[in-house]
Amino acid sequence: VKIVVCIKQVPDSEAKVIAKDGQVSWGESPLVINPFDEYAVEGALQQKEALGAEVTALCIGPESAKDALKHALAMGADSAILVSDPGLAQLDTQGAARILAAAIQKIGGVDMVIFGRQTLDSGSGLTTAQTARVLGWPMLALAGSIKVDGNKVMVERVIEEGKQTISANQPVVLSVVQSIGEPRYPSFMGIRKASKAEIPVWTMADVGCSAPAATVSRTELMNPPSRDIPCEIVSGSSPEETADLLAEKILAEKIL
Amino acid sequence: MKTWVYIDHFKGEIVPASWEAVGVGKTFGPVTALVFGSNAEALAQAAFEYGADEVLLADDPALADFRAEAYASTLTALATDANPDLILLPTTFRAKEMAAMSAIDLNSGVIVDATALAADGDKLVVTRPIYEGKLQEKVVCASKPQFITLRGRAFPRPAREAGRSGTLTKVAAKADAKTTVEGYAAGESGVSLGDAGVIVSGGRGVSNNPSLGLDEKETAKKGFELVGALAGVLGGAVGASRAAVDAGYVPYSHQVGQTGKVVSPDLYIAAGISGAIQHIVGIRTAKVVVAINKDAEAPIFQVARYGVVGDLFTFLPLLTEAFKKKLGK
Repeated sequence: VKIVVCIKQVPDSEAKVIAKDGQVSWGESPLVINPFDEYAVEGALQQKEALGAEVTALCIGPESAKDALKHALAMGADSAILVSDPGLAQLDTQGAARILAAAIQKIGGVDMVIFGRQTLDSGSGLTTAQTARVLGWPMLALAGSIKVDGNKVMVERVIEEGKQTISANQPVVLSVVQSIGEPRYPSFMGIRKASKAEIPVWTMADVGCSAPAATVSRTELMNPPSRDIPCEIVSGSSPEETADLLAEKILAEKIL
Repeated sequence: MKTWVYIDHFKGEIVPASWEAVGVGKTFGPVTALVFGSNAEALAQAAFEYGADEVLLADDPALADFRAEAYASTLTALATDANPDLILLPTTFRAKEMAAMSAIDLNSGVIVDATALAADGDKLVVTRPIYEGKLQEKVVCASKPQFITLRGRAFPRPAREAGRSGTLTKVAAKADAKTTVEGYAAGESGVSLGDAGVIVSGGRGVSNNPSLGLDEKETAKKGFELVGALAGVLGGAVGASRAAVDAGYVPYSHQVGQTGKVVSPDLYIAAGISGAIQHIVGIRTAKVVVAINKDAEAPIFQVARYGVVGDLFTFLPLLTEAFKKKLGK
């Protein structure tokens, strides 16, 4: 079984991200593997253990995104590929999906593609469905667990209304949610292996696809309106009075 | 502007944000609502009552379960025939999946999680949060149809007008899904976080009450009962911080914040939540935040409108009682 896990590199979630001269700035904060994608790597590694699958991490990004791929390697992925090209500066989700699909076809013989449920940067959460559509493969999205039985893949889909059991035959495209299990920490051996790994870089020419024109583009980047409301600490002479005062204040907001 | 609105539902239960989308669509002219499902005529009638002028109804046993592939193909076929300028959808996983796929078919773009829209001719300039709400961007879609999903509770919900009717057009389903829905287990009933006007959330602090003499999980269970009681009186939903979910106090479906749900209630009460940045980003658009915490230095107070420094085990029952009295419950 051959699994491709698609990852992205994003600013650390602790980063103070601001708009500066029309650009996104995260200061000195590090770029890391998208936290949701760590779950995708974890899901892939679980299948590696269960089925003896071979796991390849795939990422679109600049040269520096190799660090995110190395994290996946250190966790236990067998190989990694970076798709990098100067033509990819303006990429929307549709374009990303077309390139990922082309790279997956080039890898060849892939049985499962696994995504995290969204990224922390743009956060659209569209790429799983769009990649599946470009490939023409069935999608099993929001998987909290994955079971493979021969050619059939069955997942527990975690949605707001409950849990569905859905299935499809390989090749399939999946996304995973947190219930797949906490991502494992890279092992010492894994980190050593990853640090030595040579990660191939594929250009658009290599994947046989021209840079898709972006249909969705940004016209303005803004810092959110600041909410400068000082906190009013409510305190009465007794907890009962405090509760009463707080309830009054909330009711006076006329939001209930 | 030729405007379509997708009415999202799960087993016939319509996601209320669909009506918000109808309301937004009406500001651009007549609205055609899309209702897909099996035995879904009642949903079409509801769409008229919330303001749709026309409903395209794909009623087919093959659409009984939502499967993104089949729903997307049905939408693609309709849009190919009729060339709408704009397709509005509520931001739900289902609607996003189907818009994502149909946009690939139609070679167009999807803009997710709109919080404001401005028309510029027949193009829309969409404001949306990115980087978990740390930033906002304005984006446009250069192609048609423009697929735009609207964040729940970001736009007003139109009133229902009983008996209102419109033109019902039955359309064909394209049932080409290669996935099978084999089973379903309902989640907990109750108000969903995305639609909730009031959310009361618990964090790590709900397990901190040595005086009960219980272990951590049992204490947390008691604590969440108090959180639930207050939510109940206010007609709200129960939320939780990641710490509380990771510790196993409540299921993941309650998680608010970066890796959980981004919520926009009118009132958000955080009990025993310290206020990690990952939690704060999930409640940025709440109208009024109330923090209850033992630790006066907890960062949650920096984003709260009102704060109470105290023990939630003492305070939550008192607050519940106070609301019961004042609301006449």
